[in-house]
Amino acid sequence: MNKTGPGPGITVAAADAPPPAARLPRRRGVELALIVLAVLLSVFGYCNVGLAVRGSVPPGAAGYGAGLGVLALLAHAAVRLRAPYADPLLLPIGVLLNGLGLVLIYRLDLETPRDAAAPTQLVWSTLGVGLFTVVVLLLRDHRVLQRYAYVSVAAALVLLTLPILFPAVNGARIWLRIAGFSIQPGEFAKVLLAVFFAAYLAANRGALAYAGRRVWRLKVPTGRVLGPIVAVWLVSVGVLVLERDLGTSLLFFGLFVVLLYVATGRTGWIAVGLLLAALGAVAVGWLEPHVHSRVEDWLHPFASIEAGRGPNQLAQSLFAFAAGGVTGTGLGLGHSVLIGFATKSDFILATAGEELGFLGLTALFLLYGLLVERGLRAGLAVRDPFGRLLAVGLSSLVALQVFVIAGGVMGLIPLTGMAMPFLAQGGSSVVTNWAIVALLIRISHAARVQGASPQGPRP
Amino acid sequence: MTRNIRHAAVFCALLLVALVVNAARVQLVRGPEFDGNPANRRPDIARYGQPRGDIRVGGEPVTGSRDTGEHLRYERTYTEGPLYAPVTGFASQAYGTTLLEHAEDGLLSGADPALAPIPLWNDVTGFGNAGGSVETTIHAGAQRAAFEGLGGHKGAVAAIEPATGRVLALVSTPSYDPQHLSGNGAAVKRAWERLTGDPDKPMLNRAVRQTYPPGSTFKVVTAAAALDAGVVSDLDAPTVSPDPYTLPGTRTRLTNESEGCRDASLREAFEWSCNTVFAKLGVDVGVADMAATAEAFGFNDDGLRVPFSVARSTFDTSVDRAQLGLSSIGQYNTRATPLQMAMVAAAVANGGQARTPYLVERTVRAGGAVVATSGSSPAREVMSPATAARLAELMRGVVENGTGANAAIPGAVVGGKTGTAQHGVGNSGTPYAWFVSWARGGQDAEPRVAVAVVVEGRAADRGEISGGGLAAPVARAVMAAVLGS
Repeated sequence: MNKTGPGPGITVAAADAPPPAARLPRRRGVELALIVLAVLLSVFGYCNVGLAVRGSVPPGAAGYGAGLGVLALLAHAAVRLRAPYADPLLLPIGVLLNGLGLVLIYRLDLETPRDAAAPTQLVWSTLGVGLFTVVVLLLRDHRVLQRYAYVSVAAALVLLTLPILFPAVNGARIWLRIAGFSIQPGEFAKVLLAVFFAAYLAANRGALAYAGRRVWRLKVPTGRVLGPIVAVWLVSVGVLVLERDLGTSLLFFGLFVVLLYVATGRTGWIAVGLLLAALGAVAVGWLEPHVHSRVEDWLHPFASIEAGRGPNQLAQSLFAFAAGGVTGTGLGLGHSVLIGFATKSDFILATAGEELGFLGLTALFLLYGLLVERGLRAGLAVRDPFGRLLAVGLSSLVALQVFVIAGGVMGLIPLTGMAMPFLAQGGSSVVTNWAIVALLIRISHAARVQGASPQGPRP
Repeated sequence: MTRNIRHAAVFCALLLVALVVNAARVQLVRGPEFDGNPANRRPDIARYGQPRGDIRVGGEPVTGSRDTGEHLRYERTYTEGPLYAPVTGFASQAYGTTLLEHAEDGLLSGADPALAPIPLWNDVTGFGNAGGSVETTIHAGAQRAAFEGLGGHKGAVAAIEPATGRVLALVSTPSYDPQHLSGNGAAVKRAWERLTGDPDKPMLNRAVRQTYPPGSTFKVVTAAAALDAGVVSDLDAPTVSPDPYTLPGTRTRLTNESEGCRDASLREAFEWSCNTVFAKLGVDVGVADMAATAEAFGFNDDGLRVPFSVARSTFDTSVDRAQLGLSSIGQYNTRATPLQMAMVAAAVANGGQARTPYLVERTVRAGGAVVATSGSSPAREVMSPATAARLAELMRGVVENGTGANAAIPGAVVGGKTGTAQHGVGNSGTPYAWFVSWARGGQDAEPRVAVAVVVEGRAADRGEISGGGLAAPVARAVMAAVLGS
């Protein structure tokens, strides 16, 4: 990291950060090469689908490749301009996952000619990359966000509450339908909550870690410190139970516990967290028929077949994964469309599993793993506690979300509806994930600039 | 905080490991079990995802495939469904397959590993094979002649080439159009219910799956046994046989339809179909030799496949002498499929050598390369060549001088035997009209066709029902079609 080179300090665009004393490799060429590779892989997948299903390269292949390439280069230019020391893997991974997601959605569009989702998804991806560019360009220092902790939490609560006013879609009140567009505000809320948790814990972690009474073997912080954070958590979880979106609820809870642990280093939090989670899971599973049936499906995925009602979605999803075997059927040649409803969103991974096989699926998981790892590495490298907690929070969000939905559709845990980051159909999710990558890019840039700075971290 | 972040990283890594291990569980360990779940539609989708190979008659396909664009994409079509239904059977998404469609399903659907260009090629590449096609031994002209000859009657025809065992015609009426069972829509369900509920059983393949009392046509078997056993040595010597004949150990007096059967020679008895003479001959031959000859012809064999299974034709071996007498004239428990009786005629025509009948000439890959060719099986000696020659002479006499005159073909040598089988309680059922025969063209070195025809008469014209009247013209049309080609 700290390779010293000859020559004077470099002028760095990030205004608040001092220029590094030593010349650091920027690694933007690596990023560009990986982006080109990611775009080419996506175009290859796109052509592959067309050739497998129709026997010809799809007519939109050039346009699709050009569109994705222009978006990626736009984002790359923004990074070059304002975050030149950022981690070079984050953006290419985002481009590749987004590109593969578009390929999978396009592939499923061929099975549902009257319901094309890929063009809309491309529009949302453009918006996402636009937001990414805006964040990279305008957010000179991530620490600015710390000032907006309470604005963030207020906004998050409003976003979470709004869908209650709208009619339920497929049993969950998580959608806003405005002028033909469906927006899932909970997706945006998770970034805002991560910002709030990071800011609040960064400010109060001393009090949380050391103050408080001892109850049995656990030190419990004072109510004054713990109160606001538990209140926020209770409200968000309460809202989600009302909205019947257990996946997001689980996600927020996991985020909360991870950040609390990272901030305070107290294993007691994990114990309390797991206890609360267990209680919550049992209570909700008992009381809420919607959730109860999900648990039943998880325990007995083929019960509906044995009862003569045919395979349910989870069973169809398992069939799809099984049909993939080691190498998969090949893009365009699977039958994951048998899953029926939500094939392009919650169950998008089944298409990947069937058509790319165990090897392709593992590669996808490793891509997510790499994204999370680079995020956590930025968290390790950055000096300020807020940046550290924010990077860890955002990375954990991706990791938890991948686990909850991938585990759900593969029968590892009860299924809760959620979007596979970047891959699944869903505009709010894509835009949010691009925002997450943008923030990680900023933090990773700040980490290296700070790390090279002789003054050390600023308060 | 650094240590805590590392712990968080370990936690994330554990989640990743859990996902990959679970993926291995779902996709690799339990994969085959999920693939085989009966509710998994993928095998069906794969099966119907490509056109089914064709069944061919004389090089021309009699089947086809229609692209429905639905999930189970290709549906079977039939060019002349009712004509070839007793050969092809049906291939239905909803009701499975029968007959050739069933017996050659692996090849037609493309699932047969023998279709792979190189062994294990498909396992490596993941590609499937196009369905292969099946070339049948059916003679299009004979098949059509048989179908049109039966017309509106209920009945069946089986024709084979005596020297090889190739099945030339397989007809059953009333028939049905198997195309009505292709697919899995509501119309298919209605067609299925209509066909299975029809009292005339149009889906029953009477030529191979229905046994009838063979009546007087069985006298060919009895005569063969009598000649081989030496019970009769001179065709023209009078047999010592009364008319009427009292069945041994009973007071049942067996009579004849025709006059002059008392002490008739074997030739006369055969030409005029004397029940009394043949019942007595059977009793004189004895159950052991009668059974041995019948079984050599193919009776009591439930393993015959052509390649689909053929119903067992029976000759009861645990009988008393009276029952043996009745059995020897094709009554009591003696029952035969039309194909079995065609095999009897073929063995006589082929000098006493029987060939197992077969329906598939060869199987062919989509590209035209031959997968397998079915040669004729080794010949089995049913009777001595001398016996066969004398029986052939007797059968010619039936056509030239006796009850089978309707089967005569100018310029050809034709041998036959009529039969009118009583059945039902106290023989109350409408009789079955039989005719078995073989024919050799004027230029031919050996007979080219053996045929068996059974017509289930209608109650209205009960008096008119006779093998010579109803069945012989159908047999003649079939033989003429083969000889004429």
